[in-house]
Amino acid sequence: MAGLEFVGVRKTYPNGVQAIHGIDMAVADGEFVVIVGPSGCGKSTLLRMVAGLETVTEGEIRIGDNRVNELEPADRNIAMVFQNYALYPHMSVFDNMAYGLRNRRTPRDEIARRVAEAAGTLQLEGLLDRRPGQLSGGQRQRVAMGRAIVREPEAFLFDEPLSNLDAKLRVQMRLEIKRLQRALGTTSLYVTHDQVEAMTLADRLIVMNAGVAEQIGTPLEIYDAPATLFVAGFIGSPAMNFLPGTVAEDGSGANLDGSERTLPVAPPASAGRGRITVGIRPEHLEPVSREEAVLEVVVELVEALGADSLVHGQLADGGEGMAVTVRVDGARQVAAGEVLSLAVAPNHVHFFDPDSGNRLA
Amino acid sequence: MEKRVVFSKLGLPILLVAPQIIITLVFFIWPASQALYQSVLLEDAFGLKSEFVWLDNFIALFSDPHYLNSFARTVVFSAATAGLSLGVALFLAAMADRVLKGATAYRTLIVWPYAVAPAVAGVLWFFMFNPSIGILAYLLKGIGYDWNHYLDGTDAMILVVLAASWKQVSYNFLFFLAGLQAIPRSLVEAAAIDGARPFKRFWTIVFPLLSPTAFFLLVVNIVYAFFDTFGIVHATTSGGPAQSTTILVYKVFSDGFIGLDLGGSAAQSVILMAVVITLTVFQFRYIERKVAY
Repeated sequence: MAGLEFVGVRKTYPNGVQAIHGIDMAVADGEFVVIVGPSGCGKSTLLRMVAGLETVTEGEIRIGDNRVNELEPADRNIAMVFQNYALYPHMSVFDNMAYGLRNRRTPRDEIARRVAEAAGTLQLEGLLDRRPGQLSGGQRQRVAMGRAIVREPEAFLFDEPLSNLDAKLRVQMRLEIKRLQRALGTTSLYVTHDQVEAMTLADRLIVMNAGVAEQIGTPLEIYDAPATLFVAGFIGSPAMNFLPGTVAEDGSGANLDGSERTLPVAPPASAGRGRITVGIRPEHLEPVSREEAVLEVVVELVEALGADSLVHGQLADGGEGMAVTVRVDGARQVAAGEVLSLAVAPNHVHFFDPDSGNRLA
Repeated sequence: MEKRVVFSKLGLPILLVAPQIIITLVFFIWPASQALYQSVLLEDAFGLKSEFVWLDNFIALFSDPHYLNSFARTVVFSAATAGLSLGVALFLAAMADRVLKGATAYRTLIVWPYAVAPAVAGVLWFFMFNPSIGILAYLLKGIGYDWNHYLDGTDAMILVVLAASWKQVSYNFLFFLAGLQAIPRSLVEAAAIDGARPFKRFWTIVFPLLSPTAFFLLVVNIVYAFFDTFGIVHATTSGGPAQSTTILVYKVFSDGFIGLDLGGSAAQSVILMAVVITLTVFQFRYIERKVAY
């Protein structure tokens, strides 16, 4: 097993489109790194470059200590799980898993042993003679995993492996992947657009946007201190509330646009005296009595999820488009038209430069 | 979901299926039954009367070394034509599958020969290989081979095989290309990561997935070689030299219309009919039973 390293990796397609604008990162041996971002952000391209399915325009990708830019996919000793599983439809489950080993001239009894072992881990024992067409979505997913495991590769690459499964199976497989990766200790790169998958699976996250790694860090680092507006809005569900405003005269708080109230949380000194964007997560707004409130929201719509409810509304004295979402306890009755008084913990307020989108600290 | 329409009266449904029924009756059932009938008759030399002879025509055919010889030639010719045109088409399609620029132009060019009439295709190759004026015959002479399909039966056979396959490559190419493009790219990528080199990928992943297409084309090509190559043979070698390119369908023509053995010729066409029916049934059976991936 080995670590993985990106050194100034760039990708430009022949038609001039630049898909990756320079990624620098080292993945430690055994680490589970998730690349997350909206579609078209270059996350799959990055993964395919590691696999050798896309060429690297500039920079270097290393697996272990070896530069692999010029190596064929076969010579990189990696295994990949595809979104559509890419199982060979004309082969049995056993042959699907054995294919890679046979190509590497592994002895016959060794193949049988490894496939049996992987089938045991993945509960595929009874299915080895079946064709992929005779399997359910979850079983196919397992076979795809099995095909990766038997190879005992340096690294696993996952390309949105759960996006073809239904919601319940997805949660279950997510846990299984995590468990398996822990047990095997294989370095893994996992691409997804689902931020819940990203948060739950990752040791570390790469949040990508338009070919740029906006932030790299542990899930909680990213949740607690998003580096940019994009990351702040992408990670966390429902998304963070963004309220435009200016720094108060004395610098002790923030004046939200259209509101007479001053949010009594001091922006960092780097904010100067200019415009800022205040970010507050829905779960960090807490309904309180009117006297303690720092914000008031006119409720427009309530989504009851059971354990908690999502309250969508407008800032009471705010200008146009000051939409706010609040997560409240499910037991609390909130009706449309009601005015909700809210407080926020000062350390849960984020400030961003509205022009550059960067976090102010 | 199957949609069934129930007609309350009989008139309209009959009217709707009538064109198809009439076409089948006039252009297939009628001539086929004529052939069946003719095949058990023996015409006198002047065509004045005919005699019912049971299966004598068939017995005569199968004891005629010329006919058996022609059968053997047809098998060789069909196998060579189908093999060559399928092989070349598969190769071209595999190459075209990777083409990024000018793919449409490339495809269009390859498809052109299909629009050429068999006789014209035959004449084209006939001229290229003409021992006195043909460019290819000249080039072959340059490397020391004395090409002459007027005298050499093997040369003649090669000529008709070339002309017949050339025309069929386009058709096969289209089907192979469509088949190749229907194979998900990720399968090939998965195989590449699984350590299979391009050649191995092709034989272990791509070709098996293409096999239903290949089988369908094999049947179509055999049927083509058996029946649709009359024009090519007629325009190039006329079955010669010494009957070396007289394939079955050509023999039907030469025995019936030149030899005026109408009964024997009809018997031959009945046998051909049996062959094509067998092939078609075989193909339908296979395709129906094929595992759906």
